[in-house]
Amino acid sequence: MFDNVWLIPLFPLIGFLINGLFGKKIKNEAIIGGIGTLMIFLSFLVSCGILMQMIGLPPEQRVFEKVVFPWIHSGHFKADMAFLVDPLSVVMIMVVTGVGSLIHLYSIGYMHGEEGFYRFFAYLNLFCMSMLLLVLGSNMLVMFIGWEGVGLCSYLLIGYYFHKKSAGDAAKKAFVMNRIGDFGFLIGLFTLYWWLGSNHNIWTVNFMEIKAASHLLPYGGVVTVATLCFFLGATGKSAQIPLFTWLPDAMEGPTPVSALIHAATMVTAGVYMIGRMSFVFIKSPDTMMVIAVVGAATALFAATIGTAQNDIKRVLAYSTVSQLGYMFLAMGVGAFSAGIFHLMTHAFFKACLFLGSGSVIHSMHHALHKVHSHDDAQDMRNMGGLRKAMPITFITFLVSTIAISGIPGFSGFFSKDEILWQSFSNPYHGNLNIVLWGFGAAAACLTAFYMFRLVFMTFFGECRINPGAKSYLHESPLVITIPLMVLGTLAAFGGYLGMPKLMGLLPNYFEHWLDPVFELSTEYGSTYAQHGDHLSHGLEWGLMGLSVLIAIIGIGIAFTMYVQNTKLPGKFVATFPALHRAVYNKWYVDELYDYLFVNPCKAFGQFLWKGFDVLIVDGVVNGVANTVMGFSGIFRYLQSGYIYNYAFSMALGVVVMLGYFIFK
Amino acid sequence: MENLNSYLIVSAVLFSIGTIGVLTRKNAIVIFMCIELMLNAVNLTFVAFSRYLGNLDGQVFVFFIMTVAAAEAAVGLALFIAFFNNKDSIDVTDANLMKW
Amino acid sequence: MSNVLSLTTFLPILGVLLLLFIPKDSKGVLRNVTLGVTIVTFLVSLIILTGFQSNAEFQFTENVPWIAAGPFIMRYNIGIDGISLWLVILTTFIMPIAVLSTYTAVDEKVKEYMICLLLLETGMLGAFISLDLFLFYIFWEVMLIPMYFMIGIWGGKNKLYAAVKFFIYTMVGSLLMLVALIFLYFKGMEAGITDFGLLNFFSLKLDMATQIWLFLAFAFAFAIKVPMFPLHTWLPDAHTEAPTAGSVILAAVLLKMGTYGYVRFAIPLFPDAAQKFAPLIATLAVIGIIYAALVAMVQEDVKKLVAYSSVAHLGFVMLGIFAFNTEGITGGMLQMINHGISTGALFLIVGFIYERRHTRLITDFGGLSKQMPVFATIFMIVTFSSVGLPGTNGFVGEFLILLGAFESQLRWWTIVATSGVILSAVYMLWVFQRVMFGELDNPKNQKLSDLNVREVAIMVPLVVLIFFIGLYPKPFIDKMEPAINKLVAQVHVSSVNAQAIPDAEMPAGHPGMEQMPAGHPGMEQLPAGHPAVEVPSSPHAEPVVNPHEAK
Repeated sequence: MFDNVWLIPLFPLIGFLINGLFGKKIKNEAIIGGIGTLMIFLSFLVSCGILMQMIGLPPEQRVFEKVVFPWIHSGHFKADMAFLVDPLSVVMIMVVTGVGSLIHLYSIGYMHGEEGFYRFFAYLNLFCMSMLLLVLGSNMLVMFIGWEGVGLCSYLLIGYYFHKKSAGDAAKKAFVMNRIGDFGFLIGLFTLYWWLGSNHNIWTVNFMEIKAASHLLPYGGVVTVATLCFFLGATGKSAQIPLFTWLPDAMEGPTPVSALIHAATMVTAGVYMIGRMSFVFIKSPDTMMVIAVVGAATALFAATIGTAQNDIKRVLAYSTVSQLGYMFLAMGVGAFSAGIFHLMTHAFFKACLFLGSGSVIHSMHHALHKVHSHDDAQDMRNMGGLRKAMPITFITFLVSTIAISGIPGFSGFFSKDEILWQSFSNPYHGNLNIVLWGFGAAAACLTAFYMFRLVFMTFFGECRINPGAKSYLHESPLVITIPLMVLGTLAAFGGYLGMPKLMGLLPNYFEHWLDPVFELSTEYGSTYAQHGDHLSHGLEWGLMGLSVLIAIIGIGIAFTMYVQNTKLPGKFVATFPALHRAVYNKWYVDELYDYLFVNPCKAFGQFLWKGFDVLIVDGVVNGVANTVMGFSGIFRYLQSGYIYNYAFSMALGVVVMLGYFIFK
Repeated sequence: MENLNSYLIVSAVLFSIGTIGVLTRKNAIVIFMCIELMLNAVNLTFVAFSRYLGNLDGQVFVFFIMTVAAAEAAVGLALFIAFFNNKDSIDVTDANLMKW
Repeated sequence: MSNVLSLTTFLPILGVLLLLFIPKDSKGVLRNVTLGVTIVTFLVSLIILTGFQSNAEFQFTENVPWIAAGPFIMRYNIGIDGISLWLVILTTFIMPIAVLSTYTAVDEKVKEYMICLLLLETGMLGAFISLDLFLFYIFWEVMLIPMYFMIGIWGGKNKLYAAVKFFIYTMVGSLLMLVALIFLYFKGMEAGITDFGLLNFFSLKLDMATQIWLFLAFAFAFAIKVPMFPLHTWLPDAHTEAPTAGSVILAAVLLKMGTYGYVRFAIPLFPDAAQKFAPLIATLAVIGIIYAALVAMVQEDVKKLVAYSSVAHLGFVMLGIFAFNTEGITGGMLQMINHGISTGALFLIVGFIYERRHTRLITDFGGLSKQMPVFATIFMIVTFSSVGLPGTNGFVGEFLILLGAFESQLRWWTIVATSGVILSAVYMLWVFQRVMFGELDNPKNQKLSDLNVREVAIMVPLVVLIFFIGLYPKPFIDKMEPAINKLVAQVHVSSVNAQAIPDAEMPAGHPGMEQMPAGHPGMEQLPAGHPAVEVPSSPHAEPVVNPHEAK
């Protein structure tokens, strides 16, 4: 089965080619959507096969590399089109193909009747292929194909409604910000490659070969440089500070895209990449600290913005940024498997949330369309009380919200609590741990608040939708609700795979599964870990209780403000207008970037063109030409155009020369 | 061949007539004939020297000059005809486009 | 089969003879015959490709006496190796495409236009295969003239200015090169070299001062052609004014003359000087990358934007070449081909919309995706190839260049150059967005027709190559690598000699003295610790990393 790993990215590629080349002729939505969904589902089946085979193997044999064909070989450099199957990549392919299949299925219903239906499915398949290349790549370069490929698909899908200027802008912004990250990725790759090559004559970009040689890498120094560069790449792809502003704008894309790309899979690529190269990252304590701090800061910062947004998808977008911050926090404190675990649970509940919001928007849009209303179908201020009209959507949405808020028993609780505990108890960051935990906990409180705010504004209270449209609100079709139900179930119970040891009910399957991948990293980490006092189980229980309490407080506030006393938010805004404006406008980060980078760049380009190219370089060139022209302007009067004048001067010349030679 | 000088004088006179003709006349055909005159003056000199020095080099050159003159006549006359078609004149003062 | 190279080179000239017999009013016949000739040339060149052995030697060589004027002996000495092979194939490949693109674009003086195209092809092919310096010079000049006419006669409204600018810029450089060439020849005669054969001069040991001057002359000529910052201003004008086929050939092949000149002549002939000037050239290349990208960003004319993007791409090529290692030069060579394909394709794309709308201003367009879906798809693929998206050809070249440059002493330059990757995405996507996305609000754009069969046929080979090179560059790299390894060895052997220079200053009788060629006064003038000496004998063998040594 391992040998067939190349089939996994191949199926979506076939789907892409069929739909991309012939989709326009096929026209039949069922066939197009069917092909797209079937292809990714086939990949899912192959992934399951691989998973099954891997479970049957002893942990130390769970690594397999498959070279498909040689790619770039030049000088020392060698990169093959090759895939790596190990527990980490298996987790990722399961998430990508599993969630991917569900979202494909959902899209058949959601995108029904859209212009360019085939285009959508072609891009979606292409995305899955790129993402699978990313997670399966056995060297950095194949990962990089996927890395940029998902960026490309993200560009294409965000810009799906290309006639809207905002969509085009958002697509471009996403791609360019990702490119800034890619710049970091490339420099990191070069640094690592060059250092290992020139010092130890190991010229490689292959993960397993780097892992084998990782004992040669120093702690800090060049590794810090390389890993910081890689981390810059991760911030671009995973929307962390400072490169997070593209993700909320990316909500211009259709909702399934937001669910698949901007929640479940692509944006987690940065986390995966750090996990994949954890044995390098852990060698730089400084980078680890930077990752942890950036992760914690992003988690909190994005959560604050999430509290004031009214667009249902934007709230979820900021929530995604915030949750990604948690994953990075986990990576930064050395809790790699906790980070990957949160990645997985997040994929479940966030995909479910996005798809649920899509279901709501779908229904709203339909209803508003019926009465020719131009109200914004995504604005929560136009919603309310939808739980009666859309019960399945409501229940799955609620389950996922509970999961993300960290209520015990649901998946998000297990993963988030593990991260919070690790950020408090990890041996790497000393006194910083308290701050990291504090940030995480505060973000958890805000998460519970804004998520329940969203639920209350959307599904509870009286219905604020255009009165005429109300009767047209209805539950979405089965093709939409089935994925919701599956994902809702996973969001509820997926966490039991990785239950903390502390609870002792189930072993932490997930951590054991990833052990072979992160063993070496933990070993490296222990060489500089500061082993303080042993933290008691009591403390762990206490912190767990505290984080639950915090979440409940957040929910409580949301309940008071948006269910009990709906005038409170207005009062709050009136009391702190400046604060609200700042939060509502996303702390003006976009404006700041425009002011600092975008506008100066354009102005500088203008200056270089008009000032340097035209004025100076061409000025010199044309100046020389004009000088020559000036002289010739004088001499040209010698050319009278009459042939006898020329003949005469010729004769005169002969006479003068003869005279000179005769009489000299 | 004692009287080389007389040949040279004749040729010099011919050449001067030709030169003056080229410089003073405006009719293209006349100018052209004057050029032929100059060429033949040179031919005469070549032949005279060839005879005087007793080798054939000069005569070989004469053949070349005659060929060139023939080619020139063909091309030149063709040019004049083309020019005449355009301007209804073969006066060289009318051909003054090639100036500043 | 032994003279298949000559056959390829001069087939277009035979085509010209054929064209002379076709009346100038039968435009269709003229076009088809020209197309046929270029296709046959391409097919013949494929014989070269299949017969080419992957080794470092020159193959398909022909060497017969040509001109012997006193001490100047020029021979018809031609041959190709892995470096020129792909450029020859690129030329023969791009020509039918260029011809096909003129079918509706050029309707006046078709015969002359086709003759120009064919002459140009012979000139370009000849320059790539010449192994005799003088022969190279002649072909180098031969290329110039048809191009001058193409811009000057069939160009846009400012064509004369552009044509003259192009001509004079190039001419200034080539005259310097001619002087240097003759000087080099005299130097060679002192050492017993009897003709202009390039290979003779490789063994010539020149002293540093001579190398510097000669290198500068050659480098200047080639830098204009590349074009490198700040000698690039002829390019945007020439490109904007040239007809589509002219732009395509200019971008795809003519610019490669400059970079090829460095690889074939300037670097192996004067390796020590090349190493000495590597930081300077790399600086100009990197400035070019960033500068051109920034200027491209604010252009209003699509074609000018593409022209500036060329400057940036060629900057990458130069950076790769001056890394002096296999990865960098391979990347550079590959990027030359890639640039030919993707920028050629971009010019064709601009030509398509220009033919339809007779404007190239970005603001005149918008929302074309809706009206022209096939065009949009192709445009997008080419855009991403130009941006260097992995999976397309642009990535392989750019990546190898940056990797190679990073391994060499040009590490800091590489970091700056890599940021050009971001900027290229900015300007290409921005123009794509403004042309293709948005509302289709201009009424003139609402009736545009999508690409027809001929236009699709033009683009398909390019698109196929974009992906082929992107996903399986091995055949390309395998064929060029032996020649590149040889070049790298040439440079580094020489740098070992250069390191021996301080030894020459030791007291007489030092063994290092004997290794020096006799009669090189310039050698002693070099102070110890001269920059050229600092160049590591092989960047791959740097023993310990010193973060400051790259400065």
